Amino acid sequence: MAVLSEEQSMLRDAAKSWVQEQSPVGALRKLRGDGAGLGFDPAAWREMGQMGWAGVVIPEAHGGSEFGWLSLGLVLEEMGRTLAASPLLATSAAAAALTLGGTDDQKAEWLPKLAGGEVIGALAVDEGPHHAPGKIALKAERSAVGWTLTGAKTFVLDGMAADLLVVAARTSGQPGEASGITLFLVPGDAAGLKRQALKLADSRGAANISFEGVEVRQDAALAGGLDLLDQVLDRARALLAAEMLGSASQAFETTLDYLKTRVQFGQVIGSFQALQHRAAKMYVELELARSAVEAALAALDAQAPNAAELVSLAKTRAGETFHLVSNEMVQMHGGIGMTDEHDAGLYLKRARAAEAAFGGQAFHRDRYARLQGF
Amino acid sequence: MADFGASDLDAFRTEVREWLAANYPPELRDGGAPTDPEAIWGGRRFEGSDDPQIVWMRRVAERGWTAPSWPKEYGGAGLSREQARIIEKELAAGGYRVPLASFGVWMLGPVLLEYASEEQKREHLPKIVRGEIRWCQGYSEPGAGSDLASLQTRCEDAGEHWKINGQKVWTSYADKADWCFCLVRTDTSKKHEGISFVLIDMSSPGVETRPIRLISGESPFCETFFNDVLVPKNNLVGRVNGGWDIAKRLLQYERQNISGGFGAGGGAGGVAGDLAQVAKDYVGTDEEGRLEDADLRARITRNKMDVHALQLTMARIAAEQKASNGPSAVTSIVKYAAASFAQERSELMVEAMGSQGLGWSGEGFSPDELRATRGWLRSKGNSIEGGTSEVNLNVIAKRVLGLPDPK
Repeated sequence: MAVLSEEQSMLRDAAKSWVQEQSPVGALRKLRGDGAGLGFDPAAWREMGQMGWAGVVIPEAHGGSEFGWLSLGLVLEEMGRTLAASPLLATSAAAAALTLGGTDDQKAEWLPKLAGGEVIGALAVDEGPHHAPGKIALKAERSAVGWTLTGAKTFVLDGMAADLLVVAARTSGQPGEASGITLFLVPGDAAGLKRQALKLADSRGAANISFEGVEVRQDAALAGGLDLLDQVLDRARALLAAEMLGSASQAFETTLDYLKTRVQFGQVIGSFQALQHRAAKMYVELELARSAVEAALAALDAQAPNAAELVSLAKTRAGETFHLVSNEMVQMHGGIGMTDEHDAGLYLKRARAAEAAFGGQAFHRDRYARLQGF
Repeated sequence: MADFGASDLDAFRTEVREWLAANYPPELRDGGAPTDPEAIWGGRRFEGSDDPQIVWMRRVAERGWTAPSWPKEYGGAGLSREQARIIEKELAAGGYRVPLASFGVWMLGPVLLEYASEEQKREHLPKIVRGEIRWCQGYSEPGAGSDLASLQTRCEDAGEHWKINGQKVWTSYADKADWCFCLVRTDTSKKHEGISFVLIDMSSPGVETRPIRLISGESPFCETFFNDVLVPKNNLVGRVNGGWDIAKRLLQYERQNISGGFGAGGGAGGVAGDLAQVAKDYVGTDEEGRLEDADLRARITRNKMDVHALQLTMARIAAEQKASNGPSAVTSIVKYAAASFAQERSELMVEAMGSQGLGWSGEGFSPDELRATRGWLRSKGNSIEGGTSEVNLNVIAKRVLGLPDPK
């Protein structure tokens, strides 16, 4: 655990107790049967808004607390422990797009509402089954009032609930080219915008969204292209890595408890060296992941030049660790781990969905290498 | 140190920088005169030597900067951890040679400060700081490797003295050391509670050393034999049969220290240099500057990221331990990970070099290539020395995770 400031410790403690009491794993089970397809509980989200969590990375001038990315990461880590679902990550990422690329008017219009949780934001980036920000094809063409957007986005996290979509579109060039990308602010109720709810294994909210000649005004465009998108994505990736670290930590601790209580052959199974060494290796992985995640969040706060590299390290490490721990959670629990009644399956499903979001381990290893010119 | 502000640290940094620049022997600068490669370890044999490395070591030691955080009365500089780190960083940043490499500074000194009598501290610590005595570590025995506490070297009460009989193995540089800190058995009826920690002068009659040749062709280790060796009574540290706690504490310092040397290629095994650059040079790149061999590129990247995450972890642990008292069981985490990443790095280095990474000696291979082969072989010891990876996993499972012993 990083050495925290007093306000960070307080925020983490508040998040820990709220999550444990108000949003235990059972809350996710309830969402599975929920027909609304939002993938989170709106009442819980209102409470998060009231607690100021949606404003943690939003400047004070626009209604946030500006505590920063490490602070928000602490909240998401606690939420990850119980697999607590909310649009906090997506909304904070959308806020980052505005903070980094918005005009004063755009910020004044959206940030206060995002900070209070009244407006839910989401990033619409990918267009295929794999994260590939470089391959954006969705077209943005000049129109009389501003721009017309045509194309389709996939796997938009919290895309069903979003009131404000940050859409990555191509104003020129061909898919695969670095230039010609612009981010647009698109209200969720824009004409020609169609959403299809995705029922995913992890029960979280996501949508495929098509844009059939969606008209937006001139001032819907944010300043910055692929570089801005990359910075925004890095904030989402780091937050997700923090959430995954929390989930993996809890999955590990639950498994460790089981190793200490489950008796076979007349002794607790945690006394067997074959299991002890696997548990120890998971713990090493968790420690390495924690270092990477905290370093990435701190680098974003410090606007360090190697932040992108650290984010890819964090997302890779968190992904590898959650992957390993979620598999071992099922295996070490044996038969009970295969049952729907046990939580192991929920962590396993969430692990794969979180790994894929905003780039999996292969994507980020490649990105890390490229950033180092390798 | 709460009252030691950032501006004071800045002033200290400037002071260190200026002092180092003013006192570094010009002979040690690039292209300077050759020095004895052993000189960095100090010891009796360099008494009165004017080897520039020794001159450098003496100057630094005079300020207590070879052990900056040790108390002044024992030859240290009495500095805070932050100040000590500044000295370390300035030495590295300025490209200065390490003034003194020393098992005394890294391992023995910290436990003497914790466990030794006042008389022992005054006798041994200043000589360690000044690099006058080179120490070796008498721990492992032929029958006591991972199960270290089963050691059998006997230490019997012989009136005025202790009398030592037995054999140690894997004693690093025993053939070059002046003194040995040694685990011995003072009670054969108990295991852990029958072990004591004694300090032995290697020039005592009955001490014999024999180098061990490794698969890498090098001989950094020895077998050490003790045959009726007499040791003064006051050379036993702590209480009789109370050596195991000291032994374990020292191992934590050792693991911390070993791990620091892995990975970068400067330590035991491996080759210094940028693995990615070596791969580019030997394998070639595509039009986008990526390594032509995609599989090797992925594995090298994975190793670089492993090492990066480990470095961040070491920094995080250091920050967290700032207020606490020295290393803890988490050193086993670092040791385990460091060994495995360092070994992988050495494997990738020879793989990247292809057939040039398989040379043993002679013509047709550059010195770096020959070092890569030897380093790869030497690195196999990384997961054995200072506690095997299996023992470290046991330590994590039992002491950190609280998992029980089998019935």
